[in-house]
Amino acid sequence: MAHVNDNIKAYKGFRSVTLLCLVVLYAPLVIVTIYSFNASQSITNWEGISLRWYADVFTGPESEKFKVAAFNSFTIAIIAATCSTAIATLAATAMVRGGNFKLRTVSFGLISLPLMVPEIVTAVATLIFFNSIGFTRGYMTILVAHIAFCIPFAYLPISARMQGIEDSFEQAAMDLYATRRQAFTKILMPLMAPGIISGFLLAFIVSLDDFIITNFVKGAGIETLPTAIFGSVKQGIKPNIMAISTMLLSVSIVMVTISYFVSKSDNTK
Amino acid sequence: MAAGAASGGSARADTYKDARGWLLLPSWAVLGIFVLGPVCMMLIYSFLTKEFRGGVIWEFSLAAYDQFFFDRGLFGDEPPSIEWTYITIFWRSIWQAGAATLLSLLIGFPTAYFIATRPENVRPVWVFLITIPYWVNLLIRTVSMKFLLRDQGPLNDFLIGTGLIDSPIHIVNTNFAVQLGLFYSYLPFMVLPVYAAVERYNFSLSEAAADLYASKWTTLRRIVLPAVKPGVVAGCILVFVPSMGSFLAPDLLGGAKNFMIGSLIEEQFKGNAGNWPFGAAASMILLTMVLIILMFSARQQAKADKTEG
Repeated sequence: MAHVNDNIKAYKGFRSVTLLCLVVLYAPLVIVTIYSFNASQSITNWEGISLRWYADVFTGPESEKFKVAAFNSFTIAIIAATCSTAIATLAATAMVRGGNFKLRTVSFGLISLPLMVPEIVTAVATLIFFNSIGFTRGYMTILVAHIAFCIPFAYLPISARMQGIEDSFEQAAMDLYATRRQAFTKILMPLMAPGIISGFLLAFIVSLDDFIITNFVKGAGIETLPTAIFGSVKQGIKPNIMAISTMLLSVSIVMVTISYFVSKSDNTK
Repeated sequence: MAAGAASGGSARADTYKDARGWLLLPSWAVLGIFVLGPVCMMLIYSFLTKEFRGGVIWEFSLAAYDQFFFDRGLFGDEPPSIEWTYITIFWRSIWQAGAATLLSLLIGFPTAYFIATRPENVRPVWVFLITIPYWVNLLIRTVSMKFLLRDQGPLNDFLIGTGLIDSPIHIVNTNFAVQLGLFYSYLPFMVLPVYAAVERYNFSLSEAAADLYASKWTTLRRIVLPAVKPGVVAGCILVFVPSMGSFLAPDLLGGAKNFMIGSLIEEQFKGNAGNWPFGAAASMILLTMVLIILMFSARQQAKADKTEG
């Protein structure tokens, strides 16, 4: 493309709108982070910096509830992300390395189904399904639902990565008498690592963050962090909720940042 | 880098041609049983009779849809008239989602355009900055928004402190708060497709327009916008669809007066007062609307691809 003068491209005010956009996106998160360090009992007045509400999350009256919820959230996220990443990797291999086939479009439609159906509809449908087969709601129902809706989130970065890797590497290995299994595990998988890691991390965050589906399928007596937070917030925003929110949002941001840098790294060169 | 990928159908790698059935089996099984199956089950439930303590009786009935659209009086024996309660809730959801989409477009388009006109090596950093908040828990983001906007919140404190206003502005529990929450929830869905479209746009066209004495705004309106329209349409759909069925923003920021479909559906499955067939019917109506929008957009996209290629 010919070089076009920046004066023609640039529009006055677009930079300000972009900065406004960033302020709107980050202001609520920054404010909550700041107020989570507030020493005051009230959420309105500022009384200096303190870690008191973080201590409250771990040792306060609600700490037991949060510990159990955090355990549920993290174990479900790890198992769901692992399963959905494995399923998505196999599916991507078929879709990207399986040639042309009739059910390709249908398969892609099925894989992206959780992205197209509104979350509340998936939630209702899953609840009805477990109810109709007489499955008691609890940890297992949350886990199964999470594995299903995490698949597209794991699939997208994995298949994008695989499309970026030419199959000549595997072909070369197989020409040199590697079996297909060896070509898969020794050549394709290592090259795929960044895509798989970023798929896993995205699935992990999506599972950790889910509220609506979890809220429908969890049943009484079991909480994850988002449902526990939602329950508390219904009685008003308390400082310990801000502390726990800050920790959870830090986990998400760290994960996304790792995923970003991993997927940017290119080991095919 | 994506040498083999772009070639599309003809030269697709087929190393795993014979194994693809097995490779696809787990995803077909999990998504078929736990997503597609449940949606079909929900369709069936919407035609069943309600059980008074939640759940259903296996007896065919159109009562759920009838209740949604028609009012037959307290004892169900009056001539049917249109029931406006639920149609109003749906209409409000469409309206709120539309307003949030417009807000996202007004802020998202300039942002996407600005990012797409940055030097190539810094664009991913900008895109990353825009997407980070999306990955933060939606519940936490919505709660943070409420904390910021409430009457004694930091925003009102700040505005009073600067002397711009004397008494706090009531934002929480208004329609505008819900729109703001939805905008905040789904903004990256607007920015990313528009950005992708503007990045592909050939700026020589703008230069040609400028040479022919088009003003900058005319160029934007008559040249840039038509060229990036598919991206804009995709962005609008990606914001509109999840906004319509959202639950958290209307529930936390809207209060009881600003009820949307999501809350209506949720209510049918909570406790003993619920009505499962009615909730399933409302979900089916929402799903049908979404699928119509998606089909419409797929057709538009196919048309755009045809004219391009």
